[in-house]
Amino acid sequence: MNLDFEKPVSEIEEAIADLKAKNPEPSADVKAELDKLEASRLASLKSVYASLTPWQMVQVARHPDRPLIRDFLAGLCSEFIELHGDRHFGDDQGMIGGFATLDGIRVMVIGHQKGRTLEDKIKCNFGQACPEGYRKALRLMKLAEKFHVPVIAFIDTPGAFPGKDAEERGQAEAIARNLLEMAVLKTPVIAIVTGEGGSGGAIGIGVGDVILMLSNAVYSVISPEGCASILWRDGTKAPEAANALKITAKSLLDLKIADEIVPEPVGGAHRDYPGTMAATRKVLVKHLKRLQGLSSKKLLKRRFDKYAAMGRFR
Amino acid sequence: MGWFTKRHETAPKPESKEDIWIQCPACKAHIYKEEWEKSFKVCSQCSYHERMTWRERVDLLIDPKTFTELSAKVSFNDPLKFSDAKGSYAEKAAETRTKTGLNESIVTGYGKMGGIKVVVGVMDFRFLGGSLASGTGEKILQAALYALKQRWPFIIVSASGGARMHEGMVSLMQMPKTCAALAQLREAGLPYVSVMTDPTTGGVSASYAMVGDIHIAEPKALIGFAGRRVIEETIKQKLPDDFQTAEYLLEHGFVDMIVPRKDLKNTLTQLLKYYGRR
Ligand SMILES: [Zn+2]
Repeated sequence: MNLDFEKPVSEIEEAIADLKAKNPEPSADVKAELDKLEASRLASLKSVYASLTPWQMVQVARHPDRPLIRDFLAGLCSEFIELHGDRHFGDDQGMIGGFATLDGIRVMVIGHQKGRTLEDKIKCNFGQACPEGYRKALRLMKLAEKFHVPVIAFIDTPGAFPGKDAEERGQAEAIARNLLEMAVLKTPVIAIVTGEGGSGGAIGIGVGDVILMLSNAVYSVISPEGCASILWRDGTKAPEAANALKITAKSLLDLKIADEIVPEPVGGAHRDYPGTMAATRKVLVKHLKRLQGLSSKKLLKRRFDKYAAMGRFR
Repeated sequence: MGWFTKRHETAPKPESKEDIWIQCPACKAHIYKEEWEKSFKVCSQCSYHERMTWRERVDLLIDPKTFTELSAKVSFNDPLKFSDAKGSYAEKAAETRTKTGLNESIVTGYGKMGGIKVVVGVMDFRFLGGSLASGTGEKILQAALYALKQRWPFIIVSASGGARMHEGMVSLMQMPKTCAALAQLREAGLPYVSVMTDPTTGGVSASYAMVGDIHIAEPKALIGFAGRRVIEETIKQKLPDDFQTAEYLLEHGFVDMIVPRKDLKNTLTQLLKYYGRR
């Protein structure tokens, strides 16, 4: 599925499809023409993606084909042992986790699950975790601390689930508790925003020693639509709000909130899973090795200093 | 984010009348101003708890002439150079500062409460809806570290619509920042009491307000994570009237007690007397 702003690319793709349909057994000339078209398709894709606006990046981050947590687990890890339940209420599918092995390093993976099919999406509340999801994540993080394995938190959520039951079971308390516990968790934590970093729902598992973002991922205090409807009193001003909120990986690197950007392949993560996995693996492994070398005392001091410095400008 | 709608705004009345009477925003009863102030802005007819300024709250809780402000110079920042349809955030915040005399949405300090030395943070809804932003987070962090150094209990009185959009992700990061500071108190075995007043919602309820050793709420205060309208749109049904009230949270196990304003200081003092290591 191509996005609106990918129209120049779509046009070339149509021409390619057209030419292929007309020439089931392409001649040398047609083959040369196809090669030329493919080259221009790549060039076009590159140029479109070189100048994405923040709102266009939101579209890429929410793309239906964007790799989801299970794709990352399959693409990065040689083993994944899923663990279930928060031991209080249930097993939220909007948040999953378990032990995993990445490049021979044993880790605990937690993260939001959006689901691929409609049926899955409904089961996962479209990646909007409930209190039991945050509590499951905390349980697994505590387990990671006990087992001396680092935590990798994959962030991809529109936000925490805004439901009646979620409020009754303490959505606010669940997120708040995680923030407090993660601040002093005695094992390295890497937070990586792979798609949408939706406000409290994202930070609820996002207190990392490093915060990584894929290059087209976004991270925001409020959805651009929500901000537009409040501050512009017009939901259609989401592109303006997306711009003003400084939600892109590059902006957040400048604001010293993101620590490093994982470069996505040309045309975005959804066009090239192997390329995305290779880039992600490289950055994750680098930080895992670095963080595992720190004593827990040093690790916690650095984590405290990192968050204490957030928002100090003078 | 309720500060965009000005609440209870009434047309100016003749001076003499305004001097004597206050109209309760909830039940519309006319109350003697003197009586209103003596009851700490609580309606004698319907027990509605009107929002307090930080000064009124400090006067309510802290023994006279014992309060010293901390971090008085910490002010709002404009890291995003944010502006929306109505203009720039920097101007809006500066205007609010002039109008309220506040640098940020919280005032922190220390003093004695019933003779017990405490550090307090008191949010003031008049400053951009008590929204949580970088200045707020920094003040809370500094106050918590002061409590840690002195080994005094820490109390935060919340009144906030949540994270301030105008500072974007910098605001969101104040949630882990404040919680990291509170975690230091916990590790040191120091008490932290959270007092939730109307409203305590969004990013404030999902951070420092909800990780207290003891949670106290004021009667009928709005406390919750997501906004009522958003929830109703999501679940496609009307929510009960008492949804996200202090009483509702008590029933569901998220606050220890609901304390009327007149008893707040005594209750806090009574509770802190159980803390052995002062
Ligand atoms: Zn009344």
